[in-house]
Amino acid sequence: MAMSGGVDSSVAAALLLEQGYEVIGITMQIWPQEDKTGACCSLSAVEDARRVARQLQIPYYVSNFQDLFAQEVIADFCSEYQRGRTPNPCIRCNEKIKFRALLKRALELDAEFLATGHYVRIKQKGDRFLLYRARDEHKDQSYVLAGLRQEQLRHLLFPLGELTKDETRALAEKYQLPVAHKAESQEICFVPNDDYRSFLKERISQKPGQIVDTAGQVLGEHSGIVNFTIGQRRNLGLGHTGQRYFVLEVDPQLNRVIVGKKEDLSSSSLLADNLNFIPLDELEAPMEVQAQIRYNAPRAPAVIIPQGRQVRVDFAIPQSAITPGQAVVFYQDQLVVGGGTIKKALDLSR
Amino acid sequence: MNKIYLDYAATTPTAPEVVAAMQPYFFEHFGNPSSIYATGREAKGKLEEVRESIARQLGAKEASEIIFTGGGSEADNLAIKGMAWARAKKGNHIITSSVEHHAVMDACKFLMDHGFEVTFLPVDGEGMVDPEDVARAIRPETILITIMHANNEVGTIQPIAEIGKIAQDHEIPFHTDAVQTAGVLPVDVEELHCDLLSISAHKFYGPKGVGALYVRRGLRPVSLIHGGAQERNRRAGTENLPAIVGMGTALELAQEKREEKVAQLIYLRDKLSRGLIEAVPHVKLNGHKTQRLPGNVNIAVEYVEGEAMLLNLDLLGIAASSGSACTSGSLEPSHVLLAMGIPHEIAHGSLRLTLGRWTTEEDVDQVLAVLPGIIEKLRAMSPLYTTDCACEK
Repeated sequence: MAMSGGVDSSVAAALLLEQGYEVIGITMQIWPQEDKTGACCSLSAVEDARRVARQLQIPYYVSNFQDLFAQEVIADFCSEYQRGRTPNPCIRCNEKIKFRALLKRALELDAEFLATGHYVRIKQKGDRFLLYRARDEHKDQSYVLAGLRQEQLRHLLFPLGELTKDETRALAEKYQLPVAHKAESQEICFVPNDDYRSFLKERISQKPGQIVDTAGQVLGEHSGIVNFTIGQRRNLGLGHTGQRYFVLEVDPQLNRVIVGKKEDLSSSSLLADNLNFIPLDELEAPMEVQAQIRYNAPRAPAVIIPQGRQVRVDFAIPQSAITPGQAVVFYQDQLVVGGGTIKKALDLSR
Repeated sequence: MNKIYLDYAATTPTAPEVVAAMQPYFFEHFGNPSSIYATGREAKGKLEEVRESIARQLGAKEASEIIFTGGGSEADNLAIKGMAWARAKKGNHIITSSVEHHAVMDACKFLMDHGFEVTFLPVDGEGMVDPEDVARAIRPETILITIMHANNEVGTIQPIAEIGKIAQDHEIPFHTDAVQTAGVLPVDVEELHCDLLSISAHKFYGPKGVGALYVRRGLRPVSLIHGGAQERNRRAGTENLPAIVGMGTALELAQEKREEKVAQLIYLRDKLSRGLIEAVPHVKLNGHKTQRLPGNVNIAVEYVEGEAMLLNLDLLGIAASSGSACTSGSLEPSHVLLAMGIPHEIAHGSLRLTLGRWTTEEDVDQVLAVLPGIIEKLRAMSPLYTTDCACEK
């Protein structure tokens, strides 16, 4: 059981025990600094997880993935911003750390499964393992798990998939877990105070450049492209123009930020790579899906069209602020069809 | 499940004889040694009796050369910071090695932030400091040399007498961290030419939270803890008499049939390390073959992570360690192994098994029966899983 010290993974551990599993608790230690925020995987999180494991009387370990996390997640996070993209570090961590290094550690301990406190469901159909959205629509976390492959899914358990958050909290009370009243953490776990711009500033050099409109006219100066993400409206420093501008594009080659009007943000298609499909090995023909382009974005009707190792996503209605580096995830109703990483928006309406 | 404890270098069980000796000092003789009435005098008397005993065991000339502390780390800190501050007018240079326990290393690093210069001497592939390096590192400003007696991770025993002689010839105070050797090997401050020497009771079947620093007469380390005249103004705070009594008893017990016990440990140690090296390919002994703590086995296992071995052993009820005992399970690659020139990935695959008083031949046989299988399994999984999960695009 991957234990973060939070309510979800603590309840999940208790549930598995009740269902008769032999449970070993494990926390990934990924961040060397002293505890700042009580975020996931920090030292105080380790202490919380340890208390829960002690109460449940299960073996508990802290596994050190600091180096791996620094290389695979933090370095990638910085370099993605440098390339003018907006990464999702949680997905990266899931791919490289949680469902790879940690899963490997679990299998090394002769565990049959790695369980996590994610809200999502797995069902076996024949010899294939399918992923479904959680019963609790508000808590569903399938967006960050669409990269899971069969050889991972066969070893995964998500005990909370059928529960609502309220039910989880009630269970935490019932089991009298010491973390029953802990607040939810939403921020990026390794970024202090949720301030990713300061975090990046300390790690990568930034050079000032121009802010231009779609016609190439210079509207202002920026302090570094990493401070901008697509769709951003605040902190552009364009108040003097009297216009409302949105970031349309971040161009690392020319070190420019391109801005425009809200309607310029829309596009009806995108190109995605780094693909994974869960019910099928490969997408061979166009497929009707509902696509989600950002965490918490609504799912939008679309057709996905295979293009070699990439896929084109044509939306029925143009989507606003399609952001390279973010994940796009495909659904058919509750079923997670798969997903990929957004490479670029196509045929912008401008 | 039959539990097997093979982490005696981290801590040892408190011997029943020691617990029995401590017992009267909790309730019956609970007095504060600083009090003037009979109960206090009784406590003070016992305190000084233990001090004399420990001084005698360590070869000190006078009982007053022993300062009781709250453990080995405090003794190290008192020796290093206390001497650095006491001698700051004479110079600002300290010589140590790159394989010291963190209590020494971090105390030295702390002093570096306060105007002191520290030379961290290299070690050879077996973890040994070259006494000639010590001699070469000495400067006019050198005010302290501190080199551990035996290493807590790889067990290498340093040529302390030789180094102590060099320090003595240069009239530089010499400290050794003897936490791993006291109660195991003969530790005599005269033979080792030491001016300061740290010990820790829980490493030789005494209680936790108590240790001592030997300080040669004439040296005055600055106190780290102020607030009372205890320990001749060198360590304030009411003495932890039950623990001090326990330490005294433990050190006396350690001397009984010492050579016999060492011979038995060496027999088990060599059986274990030889057995593992013969049973599993790509396994090497870390540290020195003979100049080595009698209870220390430290092996480098290629292609396997130390942490994975530890957790598998734990699930079978076998307690081992991958380096020194760490807080929050943090397993930094060992600075000792890295200083010995062992590559990062092999340092990560190292395993320490330390034997002690209650280790039996059956325990060793049991480890020899299960550990090769664990290593084999982990090695088989490692490449298998990587190909299986070819997630790289």
